[in-house]
Amino acid sequence: MALMTYAQAAVLAVRKEMEADPRVVVLGEDVGRGGIFGQYLGLQGQFGAERVIDTPISEAAIMGAGVGMALAGLRPVVEMRVVDFALCGMDEIVNQAAKNRYMFGGQGRVPLVARMCNGIWDASAAQHSQSLEAWFAHLPGVVVVCPSTPQDNYSLLRASMACGDPVIYMEHKTLWGLSGEVDPEVKIPLVKAQTLRKGGDLTLVSWSRQVAICEQACRELAQVGIEVDLIDLRTIWPWDREAVLASCGRTGHLLVVHEAVQAAGFGAELAATAAEETGCRVRRLGAPRIPVGYAPMLEAQSRIDADAVVKAAKGLVENRNLEKVHA
Amino acid sequence: MEEKRETLLALYRTMVRIRAFEDAAEAASQGGVSAYGKAADGSAKVRGPLHLSTGQEAVAAGVCAHLEPTDYLTSTHRGHGHTLAKGADLARMMAELFGKATGFNGGKGGSMHIADFSVGMLGANGVVAAGMPIAVGAAHAQKLQRRPGLTACFFGDGAINRGPFLESLNWAKVFQLPVLFVCEDNRWSATTASGPMTAGEGASARAAGFDIPSFTVDGNDVLAVHEAAGELVGRIRDGRGPHLLHAVTYRLKGHVSVDPAGYRDPAELAEALKDDPISRARAVCAAIGGEGADLSVLDAIAREATEEVRAAVAAADAAPWPQTSAAFTDVQTTGEGQWR
Ligand SMILES: Cc1ncc(C[n+]2csc(CCOP(=O)(O)OP(=O)(O)O)c2C)c(N)n1
Repeated sequence: MALMTYAQAAVLAVRKEMEADPRVVVLGEDVGRGGIFGQYLGLQGQFGAERVIDTPISEAAIMGAGVGMALAGLRPVVEMRVVDFALCGMDEIVNQAAKNRYMFGGQGRVPLVARMCNGIWDASAAQHSQSLEAWFAHLPGVVVVCPSTPQDNYSLLRASMACGDPVIYMEHKTLWGLSGEVDPEVKIPLVKAQTLRKGGDLTLVSWSRQVAICEQACRELAQVGIEVDLIDLRTIWPWDREAVLASCGRTGHLLVVHEAVQAAGFGAELAATAAEETGCRVRRLGAPRIPVGYAPMLEAQSRIDADAVVKAAKGLVENRNLEKVHA
Repeated sequence: MEEKRETLLALYRTMVRIRAFEDAAEAASQGGVSAYGKAADGSAKVRGPLHLSTGQEAVAAGVCAHLEPTDYLTSTHRGHGHTLAKGADLARMMAELFGKATGFNGGKGGSMHIADFSVGMLGANGVVAAGMPIAVGAAHAQKLQRRPGLTACFFGDGAINRGPFLESLNWAKVFQLPVLFVCEDNRWSATTASGPMTAGEGASARAAGFDIPSFTVDGNDVLAVHEAAGELVGRIRDGRGPHLLHAVTYRLKGHVSVDPAGYRDPAELAEALKDDPISRARAVCAAIGGEGADLSVLDAIAREATEEVRAAVAAADAAPWPQTSAAFTDVQTTGEGQWR
């Protein structure tokens, strides 16, 4: 057990995999200096510039080369900096990495991890603040992971690097400095959600940075007698149907909260499935469908705070309609 | 001689306005963003990543001096200098950096998205090289509509390794568009030196592959930039298609304003500081001699710029924040008001 940040936990995960497997390489802009968030700190010093590869600003080639390396026997960790720039390598993700195995009849595998941190980056405005996990959840052929704690980041990054499928690995842009205990021996399998609180009134599912905000909301809800099953989904696709649906079956109510835009967000998928499978009542809470603004009060309109979660939860269990928030 | 002096004084004025703007923005940004081991403390007036063009003023000044309001401009994340030199109002720019309602974008964009469409400045950009195809499209529209004018397109040395650079050059040449590509080569791309990441001789050499004529110029010599840009702009206005200017300069600050740039050799910075384009312009002015070559004229121009910026900072500070309802305006017209 050691106290470390979310970024340090990621470094440790990559280090362990690189030590264990010479096929693992890292490629991306500024990774030699440790990455812009310190998520590769010290790795080039330890493993050399041939395995921790600084690249030109060429997202399409970084991602595409990752696919080629994977097909040719390496296990690349491909750094996209932030999800917003991964959009410059989108064909390589969507048409190449995700489709290769199926389209070529299973002849090849693309065991790469594409890291692209997600979410609102404080005061960084519309092109640096997107939450796009639903885009990738919609894409057959990839795994999508959104870790919320240092331990999860450590264990899920290792699991992602070992899994053999292309993984869209979405850390959060503002969790890098979050500290927590990390036990390097702990293995967390992909697809396994974590139940953080047990309660019989409501199932609350969230992921990434939004989980901590939901925890706060749960404490407030407990004070008014609403007990919540809080589930950190961790892996977005494939998701832990067993855990989520079992909980929904017990509580009869599902609220999904995410930082991403609510319309066509991944919450819709969870809510629809839960309603179909368990007949529970459902509600989603995500950002309004607006770009993220720069000024603090504009940016705040895209954030889901604990108050909003509390309100949505109460509305759901008390069988009320949500007030029209932005009518 | 008198004409050269007049030109130089005008360019000097543009440069010191940019420098004063950048210095004030830098001061207002400390603690504004958590990066490089420093935490955001919430006290900063300018929040978020702030990319300063300190030391690169001669490129913006020398190029934009040749642009008319009917000419378009696209810029990069490091776009304050270009925007000011294109004629945008300094106070409204500062207000945008402060996130205020009186800023050009009403507080929606901030530094990385600084823009003033009314003077043809079509936007700074948070995505490297993204302004290039947009510039090409604007030039294509100018050509299709038989309008006078050209489009100038600034980009960094790091941007030439992205596909849109190559696609834009090819497109501009294929359609013989009135575009001036300006590679502002400050030798760094975030925390990585651009040289080892770039095959061949850089922007000019690549332009040659597309049969796009180019000049390489000392980007800290404002008269040289001005002369080279003037020649290229003249040719473009004559209908001779796209041209490229490769201006070699240096990024005097970190990648963003809170980046101490500990990754680069201090000697390299010390050398670069000796080559400050503003000091060089002063030296040239003195050398020209004649009336007013006495540096007090330059000092007066610099003081005026500092004053203007001081007033802009005060105005930005006092300006109202955007209404929260502004978060929901200007998203799209069709389906307006449908947020969920
Ligand atoms: C497509 C894309 N990739 C990466 C980034 C992150 N980034 C921002 S600025 C920068 C360096 C750009 O270097 P250069 O083009 O030389 O411009 P400079 O910063 O030196 O002005 C990088 C990598 C980005 N904004 N967009």
